[in-house]
Amino acid sequence: MLSYYLDLALRSLRRNKMLTALMVLAIALGIGASMTTLTVLHVLSGDPLPGTSASLFYPQVDPRELDGYEPGKEPPSQVTWIDGMNLLHAKRADHQALMTGGSVPLQPNQSNVDPFYSNARYTTNEFFPMFHVPFLFGHGWSQSEDDAKARVVVISRTLNDKLFGGKDSTGQTLRIKDVAFQVIGVLDTWRPNPHFYDLYMGRYSASEDVFVPLTTSRDTRLEHDGSTDCWGSGGGDEEHAETQPCVWLQFWVQLDSATKVAAYKDFLTHYSQEQKALGRFQRPVNVRLPVLMEWLDINKVVPGDVKLQTWLAFGFLLVCLVNTVGLMLAKFLRRAGELGVRRALGASKREVFIQLLVESGVIGLAGGIAGLLLAVLGLWLVRLQPSDYASLAHLDLKMLLTTFLLAVGSTLLAGLLPAWRACQITPALQLKSQ
Amino acid sequence: MQIKPILAALRRHKAGTLLIAMQIALTLAIVCNALFIIQERLAHLSEPTGIDEANIFVVKNEWVGAPDTIKVDAMMREDLQVLRQVPGVQDVTPSNSYPLRGNGWDDAVKLNPEQLQDTSGATIYFADEHFIDTLGLKLTAGRNFRAEEIGRMDMRYKLAPPVVIITKALADKLFPDGNAVGKTIYLIGGPGTVVGVVDLLQAQSVDRWASGFAYRSVIIPERLAMSLGSFYIVRTKPGQRDAAMRAAYTALFAHNPRRVINDDDGMLSFTEVRSRAYERDRGMAILMGVISVVLLAITAAGIVGLTSFWVGQRRKQIGVRRALGATRDDILRYFMTENLLISFGGVLLGAFLAIAINLWLVTRFEMHRLSMVYLLIGVVILLLLGQGAVLAPAMRASRVPPVEATRSV
Repeated sequence: MLSYYLDLALRSLRRNKMLTALMVLAIALGIGASMTTLTVLHVLSGDPLPGTSASLFYPQVDPRELDGYEPGKEPPSQVTWIDGMNLLHAKRADHQALMTGGSVPLQPNQSNVDPFYSNARYTTNEFFPMFHVPFLFGHGWSQSEDDAKARVVVISRTLNDKLFGGKDSTGQTLRIKDVAFQVIGVLDTWRPNPHFYDLYMGRYSASEDVFVPLTTSRDTRLEHDGSTDCWGSGGGDEEHAETQPCVWLQFWVQLDSATKVAAYKDFLTHYSQEQKALGRFQRPVNVRLPVLMEWLDINKVVPGDVKLQTWLAFGFLLVCLVNTVGLMLAKFLRRAGELGVRRALGASKREVFIQLLVESGVIGLAGGIAGLLLAVLGLWLVRLQPSDYASLAHLDLKMLLTTFLLAVGSTLLAGLLPAWRACQITPALQLKSQ
Repeated sequence: MQIKPILAALRRHKAGTLLIAMQIALTLAIVCNALFIIQERLAHLSEPTGIDEANIFVVKNEWVGAPDTIKVDAMMREDLQVLRQVPGVQDVTPSNSYPLRGNGWDDAVKLNPEQLQDTSGATIYFADEHFIDTLGLKLTAGRNFRAEEIGRMDMRYKLAPPVVIITKALADKLFPDGNAVGKTIYLIGGPGTVVGVVDLLQAQSVDRWASGFAYRSVIIPERLAMSLGSFYIVRTKPGQRDAAMRAAYTALFAHNPRRVINDDDGMLSFTEVRSRAYERDRGMAILMGVISVVLLAITAAGIVGLTSFWVGQRRKQIGVRRALGATRDDILRYFMTENLLISFGGVLLGAFLAIAINLWLVTRFEMHRLSMVYLLIGVVILLLLGQGAVLAPAMRASRVPPVEATRSV
């Protein structure tokens, strides 16, 4: 029966090619635009570390002086060196790491490679286990190397390919700002999206190429980069950044259970009270402990323009669907005579209804396929854009299925009203007026 | 023209009428908000920088190794000399940043060190005595820096210059009664005396977060001499920029190869700087434009399609009217008026929808309130679009011969 309806639908669609093309095109444009923007939104609002992110937290304390205090406002989005080190050494979490970003001049030993600058991360040893960073060769450093300010470095796979031709480079020497560092580990490809652990270094930028112990970076005077926010007498004096009233470090902790989260929040409160008693903190205690995804949300990581485009595209799809409903309605009602004959010959209302739905389903399917092609084209255009997230815009299986469901589902929905109206036709009346 | 029979006819096509009206309403709501966004973005990206953009390029120079501040300062001065010798170069200045760069050093300015709240935010530009001439700024009051006033600054020092030049926008904010020259302002590291005021100089960031101090800048008489490197801003003689850029690159490396000038953004003409700074805004404006045009086309096609069906359905009735004495014009006017009625309903609903969407956008996306002009433009566009779309089917209707009345189907 269905194949008969399909045949009828195709005949009817062929009868008025212009109109069919218009309906398919409208659906395709609507679907194409919505899927392009939805895919970009989906990629940008994704979880950077699926499976792990729920146990990663970003502690915030407020070390600022009373100047400009307004109750209820967020504490600073980074920590000072003193607080960072205190919290790090307290070791109250399952894992913790203190870090900041930078840019370092690399001087390769190979004469055929010119010196160049690379993005670097200065961090403490638990960065690697806490964020489940995959290693291709070697390993990260340990607490003792942090304490000893060891001249060790972990490099990315890309950098290893560039400098060492992809071979196991552990044990080799890399000169950074005139200091010799020993390569102890090479990471496998690792690009969490967004760049959650430091949003000031490009929200969707790739992860760094060079990882150096934080203490070593201070000892060898590697400049830090990213945001430095000072208050009071703080002048952003880099030489004495350890004692300046400036926040410039990110501190992450891993807490594996809800009890530990509650305990850690208590610990932060106690810590703030203690610092206030010591006179270092002046403001009322204001601690936060957002989980990773909350932290991204608070910082509005997904660009507003992308959200706006998604809304716009869905508005567009809605207009296209209303358009299709109107055209289908006109089309079905115009065939009242034909439908009347079918009804008179014994087809039930339900059968006529299904027949018409099949016809709108065919339009939806055609629109969906064309829309998918448009979405692929649209994403290709997005990838040509210069923004740092451009290269991430790819259609995955989930989005592919969504496209089809959206296309066919919405056209069937659009076909409901016209089909229902058309099958209300009384056959006798239609036959009489012939 | 009688409206009553049209309304009576429309009542028999409720669903179709409603759908067209709804489509017009949605299209109007989206199109006038899109137009408004386009206008906002275009206005934003045509804000002037105040500098001689056509003849300026910027070199991002990074040093290799770990030279100390004194060494870096000496190397920078050599570089400035080298760049001055390049054919076509008119002037050079070292700086930490330049307008439209995107980010950099922003600071709080106070009029009194005891003040709790800052008086204004400001962009910090490091400069030497060539800064004003290189950028092509206009000094409106006071004087330029003298060569002996130019200091050496590392990231490790405090920001407390003895003298500063500020922009007119900042001077107006700090000293509304005028005459900023000779007054003292407080930066984060300490006080500085204003010796000059320049007319127009845009901030390094044009993003929304920096819009509070868009044209407020403080020019500091120091060379930012840090091993990480800094920028050289070069002004060339008219028409010689591209050649000078190539020559400058070669000359710098010939003089001292221990440096990095990135292939990607190491040397940028200001034209390139501008296009990079506004890429997102321009992209958004283009996208909004394309969506609006396609949306209008689809709505027009929808109206053509639906009206064509109605004309086809009513051939007999049209024939009867013609036979009873209606002229072709009467028939044409009938369909035009019918469309106008539907469109009016649509734009009325659409106007409310447009305002509602705009109010929602204001809260969600920090946009401004929709100006009524855009709503009006949208309404006119849609009414004209409707009339234009209905014209072809209406003409076809008017050509239906009176004899149609006598035919049965």
